Amino acid sequence: MSIESQLSRLVTRLPDGITEGVALGTGLADGFDLYPSPVGEVVVTFNIEGVSSVDLATEGYRGRFAERHGRGLFRADPPSAWAKHIPEAMEAGSPGRLPVDLRARTPFQARVLRIAASIPRGEVRPYGWLAREADRPGAARAVGSTMARNPIPLIIPCHRVVRSDGHLGEYSLGGPHNKWELLSHEGVEPARLEELAEHHVRVQADPATGVYCHPTCRVIRGSGQWNVVDFTSTAKARSAGFRPCEQCRPG
Amino acid sequence: MIAALAADLDGAFPSLVESAGPGLYWGLRRLCRNHQEAEDLTQETFIRAYRALGDFDRDRFEELKLSPWLWTIALNLGRNHLRNRSRRPTLVELGDHGRNDEEPPDIAAWDARFSSLPTSQQRAVVLRHVVGMGISEIAEITGRPEGTVKADIHRGLNRLRRVMEQET
Repeated sequence: MSIESQLSRLVTRLPDGITEGVALGTGLADGFDLYPSPVGEVVVTFNIEGVSSVDLATEGYRGRFAERHGRGLFRADPPSAWAKHIPEAMEAGSPGRLPVDLRARTPFQARVLRIAASIPRGEVRPYGWLAREADRPGAARAVGSTMARNPIPLIIPCHRVVRSDGHLGEYSLGGPHNKWELLSHEGVEPARLEELAEHHVRVQADPATGVYCHPTCRVIRGSGQWNVVDFTSTAKARSAGFRPCEQCRPG
Repeated sequence: MIAALAADLDGAFPSLVESAGPGLYWGLRRLCRNHQEAEDLTQETFIRAYRALGDFDRDRFEELKLSPWLWTIALNLGRNHLRNRSRRPTLVELGDHGRNDEEPPDIAAWDARFSSLPTSQQRAVVLRHVVGMGISEIAEITGRPEGTVKADIHRGLNRLRRVMEQET
């Protein structure tokens, strides 16, 4: 055999892994890894932009990812530049220094999700509050559907967003019992929140400071509580001479 | 292929990797004689190509010659080509089975044979006879006159023949 034809046979199939590596490097596919969470093992997906989704590690997560995001998914190590921020963000229930990929959201949805990410651990806010913070006070329903389709639950803590009537409401990651579980894990007492909602309590005021807050705000919880006054609306709290808390901005 | 890339880059790009990937990887593997480096260079070449194609307009697509362009990117990637790796996910390889199945016969023998050639001859022989590229394209990629490329190929092949004769 001539040397030329021997040389031409030195090209064989592409070794495994290169196609997938290119797909991950270009962003045509996402990587995933498994992490523990208070609601069981979860699949965290990521790409060159940041973390793109969190889902329960139950059967069919690959199919659900393809359906929702339209990209392939390969088992991968997260980018080393921010890999260590993933467990931190999961534990904190907040992205912190972890980049998140919200490219597929509308600007309004992305803004609402970033505001939700600012709700402190151990506190909750109603949909209406998020709508107001996003400068769209009438858009509580749009906020609700944005939370229902939050691609990155746990890290963008939509479990800290509750119905405008104060009830816990639905939760996309496995159902309302997981919302209960996550809030309990953060030191919120879900039973107490449901009870306040039953009594139509929206805000609570501290006579010592003259300030009213969302019931889970650290300001009112740190106040001693024995003489806290319940109100069924912010208007009633204001007409009783109280002013809104600057931390939780109850409106 | 170029029309498909121009029409739908994301949809057509995997086919480009499939069609151009083997020549690029095995050509690079022959030049750097190391799987890891050839794999890294192949991936980085395609990633840079994808980003560049995203900015291409119609005219640039029309004048694009895919294989020489990919090789120009590959040969321009320097030692610091890995610096962007910390910003992207890296595949977890599940077991190492399959890897050796792809290797051509006598790969180690070819590594030894090529190592006796000067770099310019290795490059010219690999691009001409392993990858299967034309003389004018090789001249363009390597920035050397066509006559020099031809001479490099001729001398390189002669040297390989001599080395192989000595093996027996």
